[in-house]
Amino acid sequence: MDAFLHQLLAGLASGGIYASVALALVMIYQATHHINFAQGEMAMFSTFIAWSLIQAGLPYWAAFFATVVLSFVLAAVVEFTVIRPMHDKPALSVVVVFIGLLVIFHSLAGWLFGYTIKQFPSPFPQDAWYGSSMMSAHEVGAIFVTLLVVAALFSFFRFTPLGLAMRAAAQNAASSRLVGINVGRMLMLGWGLAGAIGAVAGMMVAPVVFLDPHMMTGVLLYAFAGALIGGIDSPLGAVLGGFLVGVLENLIGTYVVGTELKLSVALVLIVGVLIVRPAGLLGRTVVTRV
Amino acid sequence: MNTFNTTARTTLAQASAPARSGGFAPGWTATLAIVALFAIAITFVAKGFQLFQATMVLSYAIALLGLNILTGYNGQISLGHGAFYAIGAYTTAILMEHGGTPYWATVPAAAVVCLAVGYAFGRPALKLDGLYLALATFALGVAMPQLLKYKHLEAWTGGVQGIVLMKPEAPFGLPLTADQWLYLFALLVTVIMFVIAHNLLQSGTGRALRAIRDHAMAAEAMGVDNKHYKSMAFGVSAAYTGVGGALSAIAVQFVAPDSFTLFLSISLLVGIVIGGVGTLWGAIFGAVFIMFVPSLAEKVSKAAPWAIYGVVLIAIMFAMPGGVVGMLRKIQERFKTRAGAPGG
Amino acid sequence: MQQAQFPTRRHTLAALAGLSLGAALPALAQKKYDPGASDTEIKLGMPMPLSGPVSGYSLVGKVAQAYFKKLNEAGGINGRKVSLVIYDDQYSPPKTVEVVRRMVEEDQVLAIFGGLGTAANSAIQRYMNMKKVPQLFIQSGAAQFDDAAKSPWTVPLLGSYQGEGRVFARQILASRPDAKVAVLMQNDDLGRELLKGLQQGLAGQTKVKIVSQATFEVTDPTVDSQLVQLKSAGADVLVMAATARTAAQAIRKVAALGWQADRYLCYAGSSVKMAMEPAGVENSKGVVSLAVYKEPLSPRWARDADVAAYLDLLKTHAPGVDPGNGAGVSGYLVATLMTHVLKSAGDDLSRDNVRRLASNLKDVQLPMLLPGVLVANSAKDLHAYASMQPVRFNGVEMEATGPVLAMK
Repeated sequence: MDAFLHQLLAGLASGGIYASVALALVMIYQATHHINFAQGEMAMFSTFIAWSLIQAGLPYWAAFFATVVLSFVLAAVVEFTVIRPMHDKPALSVVVVFIGLLVIFHSLAGWLFGYTIKQFPSPFPQDAWYGSSMMSAHEVGAIFVTLLVVAALFSFFRFTPLGLAMRAAAQNAASSRLVGINVGRMLMLGWGLAGAIGAVAGMMVAPVVFLDPHMMTGVLLYAFAGALIGGIDSPLGAVLGGFLVGVLENLIGTYVVGTELKLSVALVLIVGVLIVRPAGLLGRTVVTRV
Repeated sequence: MNTFNTTARTTLAQASAPARSGGFAPGWTATLAIVALFAIAITFVAKGFQLFQATMVLSYAIALLGLNILTGYNGQISLGHGAFYAIGAYTTAILMEHGGTPYWATVPAAAVVCLAVGYAFGRPALKLDGLYLALATFALGVAMPQLLKYKHLEAWTGGVQGIVLMKPEAPFGLPLTADQWLYLFALLVTVIMFVIAHNLLQSGTGRALRAIRDHAMAAEAMGVDNKHYKSMAFGVSAAYTGVGGALSAIAVQFVAPDSFTLFLSISLLVGIVIGGVGTLWGAIFGAVFIMFVPSLAEKVSKAAPWAIYGVVLIAIMFAMPGGVVGMLRKIQERFKTRAGAPGG
Repeated sequence: MQQAQFPTRRHTLAALAGLSLGAALPALAQKKYDPGASDTEIKLGMPMPLSGPVSGYSLVGKVAQAYFKKLNEAGGINGRKVSLVIYDDQYSPPKTVEVVRRMVEEDQVLAIFGGLGTAANSAIQRYMNMKKVPQLFIQSGAAQFDDAAKSPWTVPLLGSYQGEGRVFARQILASRPDAKVAVLMQNDDLGRELLKGLQQGLAGQTKVKIVSQATFEVTDPTVDSQLVQLKSAGADVLVMAATARTAAQAIRKVAALGWQADRYLCYAGSSVKMAMEPAGVENSKGVVSLAVYKEPLSPRWARDADVAAYLDLLKTHAPGVDPGNGAGVSGYLVATLMTHVLKSAGDDLSRDNVRRLASNLKDVQLPMLLPGVLVANSAKDLHAYASMQPVRFNGVEMEATGPVLAMK
């Protein structure tokens, strides 16, 4: 029983990693109706920026907020220069552009920062009261941060006029323009926010996984899965999906098939969930009428 | 009035163009003849490893053809086609190694196996659409290497060590090296596969597939059995990609889980988009791209070769979002309208 | 040999002079060159994973290139400059076949060396042996590369993974006679073969048992779940067949779990800078491993001439390389070993001679190797690293715990 609880908590901890990246994916989807395959690499790149700032002498929180701002700007610039010109092109061509971005960020990170793994500090003290042998203080803290971001996003989209404008711009650009929404600015804002969230995700993940250019390679698939299971248009759903994926992966790998087929079976199960509930657990089912 | 007619005519021309999978009607036979001559000339002009590269290009072209049937002509996105490539390759390897099957018989065998697996995957995947199908296929692509390494299948698959194969020698004592013979064999298989695809896509099946892609509900309303055609599309697409994989296994003389990672699936997707989604010739251009451009990028920068590759991808998407074939068609149309459509 | 006609005395004198010259200077008359070698140049090839999941190891190529650049500036090998061709094989076997075939057929290299990855090298093994081109000093300890009868042109560098497993088994039997062993293994040949060696070493006795094994993929973000599973099997010994990053995560988690276990880490993962320090030096105290080279940043070698030379090489010819990264040292070692082989070849730079010399190394001492660790091989056992130094991490560095062990 103790071992089971332990696996559950370990699953929540890794689920927290997937949830935070899933959040960034959902952010971009809600703003632009695209899945940003380069999200993981952009988050990793932001974390390297934070690391360089810390190496240069900045205290943690200064580096944290500077990175969030820089990532916001970087993502907005990427949207304006690379994604905007593709707005009326076939969806698959946009996917290839995302793949191009993924590869560029990954390669640049390797070239600029090298491949030696680096330690990244955690803002949560190691011996904090909320840590335990089952789940380190940082892992608890990271989940807390993720939930905070979800709450902030949720309120942003639901209760602020800006959030409403962003959702409108994504759903129907033409009508939004007619009511005076600057769609271009909304897209940039959406991307910028996603970049910022990605940076936070990266900085929460790096202390656990260690920072190197391959940090996010294994995470993207699970984040993607978590986002879709929870419902691609629901931030809370994405986070729940991420946790669910983490826990499922652990429990299946330990008790059902053994670690050798962990990937395969966890993913089969995910697909199974989607077949039963295609819109995800918390997503809104879209009904198409002729 | 006149401009309206012209617009209507050009729109019709554009709409009917995809139905002709060749797409370059003038000088069609001439182009084909030149390409054929070039392809055969390569056999005698190229060095050993260049023939190897050419054989790999052909195997990728067939695989891309498969992916195009599914994604380009039927609108079902797949981010995991590398898995079918792997299944085809392993079918060949296992048959040759454990079954003593001659290499040429393993190619149709790989096609059959992948047809079955593709259909088996496509049927439950019917409920998934767009992003969700992308995730499901992504998962397949990621899981395949792990499945191939599974220790209880090791006796067949060779586990992490993989399986080493022998390259076939030219038959009937022909004065060709193994590389040359394999290239010609691959060329023959490619031509056959292309002809089959061309006929398939020209036929009623092809129209049904495209109808489903363009408007699934309308197609269903007109009597197209969506379920059957979509699953068949998956099966046929997998079969094609499996044939590509089979050829590559014989050419490389080795299969291992590491050869079929997610990156291969992503490359295949990049290949059809660069070549031209929904076109047959796009498969060739795409195959050449994914084969040679990474090495060229490496020549430009050894420190960050993939950054260059990414830039090239984005640049090409900016310049020709319809891929190479899309661009060629645009050029062709400009010549047509310039040649003087009445009322233009 | 047919004697030419000597119609004149001048011709006879010339011929006699030539013959005596030939007798006095046998080396000059016996220059043998295969493609890739000439009076002025030796061309070598090295496929490297410049991209893909293990692109970090591309440092091997970078440092090797830096080494040869410096060597060339000092005159080269026996007056010949070494030119090293490196292509990206993306850590994918089909691509490895392509670039190696290009190196052999287009670039016409004399030999390939230092390649990484068991699958990649397996893919080209048959081709290299068929074409009779040396495939030297593979950075892998997998058993199939040690086969002098069937693939004499292939020479592995790393000590066998199975051998490491056997060494760990011996150490466990000696230190904890009724141990319960848990194994954390990478899901590839490193993990599988180390486990096999461990099982071989524990065969024939029943006190020490392997109670649990858990695999992981290189791309897995964490291995926490596997470690929880291993701990709950009641093990008091943990053997890790993992590379540095996963080892760091594992060691840290073991400490976080409060799991008091003897920890053994394979050579591939043992690095102070890349595994022990990220895991936390307090957490890593007591980890047992096997070492081959001097850690460049270790205080123990602060005044060592070899290490100083290595660090200097990095500073002058490879400034982007992190001095603490073990991959760089591997590149240095493989380059110095290759240089040793080429130097001993003298003017007989035929592929066969190079192969022969590389398969019959006798107690070669390379700079950066730990004292006592030698490079030696023969047809019976082609692994070039003949011995390894058992070490234990003491909080600061890996300190030797006993004599160097022969891995043969």
